[in-house]
Amino acid sequence: MIAEFGLAALWLAAALAALQLIAGALALTPRGGTLGGIVRPVAMVQGVLVALSFAALVVLFAQTDLSVELVAKNSHSMKPLIYKISGTWGNHEGSMLLWVMIMGLSGCFVAAVERRLPELTMLATLAGQAFVSLGFYAFLLLSSNPFTRLPSPAIEGAGLNPLLQDPGLAFHPPPLYIGYVGLSVAFSFAIGALVTREVGPAFARAMRPWVLGAWIFLTLGITAGSYWAYYELGWGGWWFWDPVENASLMPWLAATALLHSVSVLAARNALRAWTVMLGVVAFSMSMVGTFLVRSGILTSVHAFAVDPERGSFILGLLALNIGGALVLFGLRAASVTEGERFSAASREGALVFNNVMLSAILGIVLVGTLYPLLAEALGAKVSVGPPYFNPVSAIFAVPMLMVLAVGPLLRWRRDSLARIRPLIAIPAVLLLGVLIWAGSQAVGLLPALGLALSAALGVASLLPLKGRKLRQVKLPVWGMVTAHFGIAVALLGMASDAAFTTERLVAVQPGDTVEVGPWQVQLQRIEPVAGPNWTALRGDLAVSYKGGAVAELHPAARTFWAPPNETNEAALKTRWNGQLYAVLGQETSGGRWQLRLWWKPFVPMIWYGGILIALGGLLALLGRLASDLKRLVARDKIAYRRSRQGR
Amino acid sequence: MSLTPMKAKHQRLVLALIALVALIGAGLLAAWALRSQASFFYLPAEYAANPPEAGRPVRLGGMVEKGSIRTLADGVTITFVIHDDKARVPVTFKGIVPDLFVEGSGAVAEGRRQPDGTFRADNVLAKHDENYVPREMKDMTSEQARQAIEETK
Repeated sequence: MIAEFGLAALWLAAALAALQLIAGALALTPRGGTLGGIVRPVAMVQGVLVALSFAALVVLFAQTDLSVELVAKNSHSMKPLIYKISGTWGNHEGSMLLWVMIMGLSGCFVAAVERRLPELTMLATLAGQAFVSLGFYAFLLLSSNPFTRLPSPAIEGAGLNPLLQDPGLAFHPPPLYIGYVGLSVAFSFAIGALVTREVGPAFARAMRPWVLGAWIFLTLGITAGSYWAYYELGWGGWWFWDPVENASLMPWLAATALLHSVSVLAARNALRAWTVMLGVVAFSMSMVGTFLVRSGILTSVHAFAVDPERGSFILGLLALNIGGALVLFGLRAASVTEGERFSAASREGALVFNNVMLSAILGIVLVGTLYPLLAEALGAKVSVGPPYFNPVSAIFAVPMLMVLAVGPLLRWRRDSLARIRPLIAIPAVLLLGVLIWAGSQAVGLLPALGLALSAALGVASLLPLKGRKLRQVKLPVWGMVTAHFGIAVALLGMASDAAFTTERLVAVQPGDTVEVGPWQVQLQRIEPVAGPNWTALRGDLAVSYKGGAVAELHPAARTFWAPPNETNEAALKTRWNGQLYAVLGQETSGGRWQLRLWWKPFVPMIWYGGILIALGGLLALLGRLASDLKRLVARDKIAYRRSRQGR
Repeated sequence: MSLTPMKAKHQRLVLALIALVALIGAGLLAAWALRSQASFFYLPAEYAANPPEAGRPVRLGGMVEKGSIRTLADGVTITFVIHDDKARVPVTFKGIVPDLFVEGSGAVAEGRRQPDGTFRADNVLAKHDENYVPREMKDMTSEQARQAIEETK
């Protein structure tokens, strides 16, 4: 019953999306007057229905209903409940349903609360949202139905990829998807504004909270995903430039640029066409990411679909949506009137510079990610990794970070660097000082630049607070300062990991002691242990920092039986100044065990920085919402007084 | 530094040009860097016939020869042979191999050719499970290397 209910809800939601598109589009024509009234309610009901459909799938997974093909293929009755539930989106169909649900709920949310957009722009926006959703509904219902029943129920499920059986999986995809798909609102807003040609500060103020919200989730999702890869893969790295990681980074880069250009549009009524373009690009990158990840064109832990028909379907949707939006942009961009002017040395100038640099980095990541696919089509198999991505993106990231330190100190419209020279003297001196120091420590060029920029930016990011009464500083300013400071913190972690990590790879017998950096690590014994659906060989390590108190670490090699697989469970010991990372290898000659150890100074700063960046976004969002609310209340009061006076 | 604000039409044009120049610059830079930094995938036969430049990062994929895995005295360096029907390439690797790295099944070694013709791997990938296979190896494991060789003919 539950599966049939879920499927029916999904079909109904799809039908409502079609209605939303038709009614919205007709209401834009001169004769469609009254039709506009149903668009908002339809969008809301559609969101609720698709959410119910998703809830039905979660219930099926939680109960391990083996008469449903998807559950039988991807779940197992012996799994812990949390992985049964997270298994809902740990497969192709379920993850696409999660995608469509977030898209429907975003539309529902916009329809319910957004009151600032002009009514016609709003209708065009909701119609745009329905248009994109409809494609994905078709994809789900026609080629990826999650609710298909088996002719006869399976006796036992096939299980979930053990790599995915980890709390990180339960936490990282949903926020990432909210971020990814939340950008569809920016896309639809851009479409709506292009249709009605109403691009201006009011439009930017309406769009900004939606972009901010999606961007916060995207930031958190990338941060969590990076930490997950760091401890789950057991390779000691935190970013591999894997196509799937790039697929999440590209929308983030576009959304970050959008976030800043929308602020320019809201504050100064400049960068009109550019902002609309970024709105289109940001969600287009989300869709490109989905195509890369879900089409089966890449084989990775994230790629579930191997059916080429599905890949072509997503590619078709991609071409339709992105191509359509770009054509609309091409037709309308010229008629979006020119915004306000500004000089090069101004807040706008700095933001434009950073926007261009972010776009350049986006281009570099996109080219590097697509290149292996293009090469394969031409018959060559290549892979592109850190030797390409690190230096090439740094060429644009370094000047961007320098301007990032200075930009917030500049005034809008027109300013001069001479005015802020005394202010930026301190970070400039720090930059040079750290660079010289790092040069004397035989640190590589990129890590040295990273350390220097991190120090300079750490100080410079706080300068906008200088000379202000902290209590009177507005929330969005706090948000900016926090996020920029977070970038400095994350940069410190990245550069320090690259510059100062020490690694030991040894084979030791129980009782042997190894030194790695300031740590002493003793292998005490190897023990067999058992979990709910795995058994493991666990190493008991006694570790002590500079001869201090002894702590225990337990790296293990787990063996799963459904599906049969083995994973390496790294063990981490975190101090304020870094992390000890231990991986247990295989048994080797003479009763010895392989042990791989890293001491990574300040590496957790990477993820603390990510959290700070997201927190900055949250502060800005709260600040914007509070002032929007005030404005609404004031407007209502005025309207109320007028109506009383009129009577 | 304080430029007088330009005429409106002008400014839009200048901004668009700057953005275009930066993006084209990024594209050219990317293309140039890819030519020197992308790491090519080699089958043992190709590796033997047309060896990559020593020191350039490449990926070598094939079957791990039966009886070829040896662990050196330090307990963490292993040597093995990756082969297909036509050629064999000796590989050394210092590190922890994946659990499913076994003789007679497929593996991809990421690393560089040494001047003496052997291959030193920085990383070794093995068939993990049905859902997580290095892309180049997907075709290789079921019918051994034959299929892979046919594919690249």
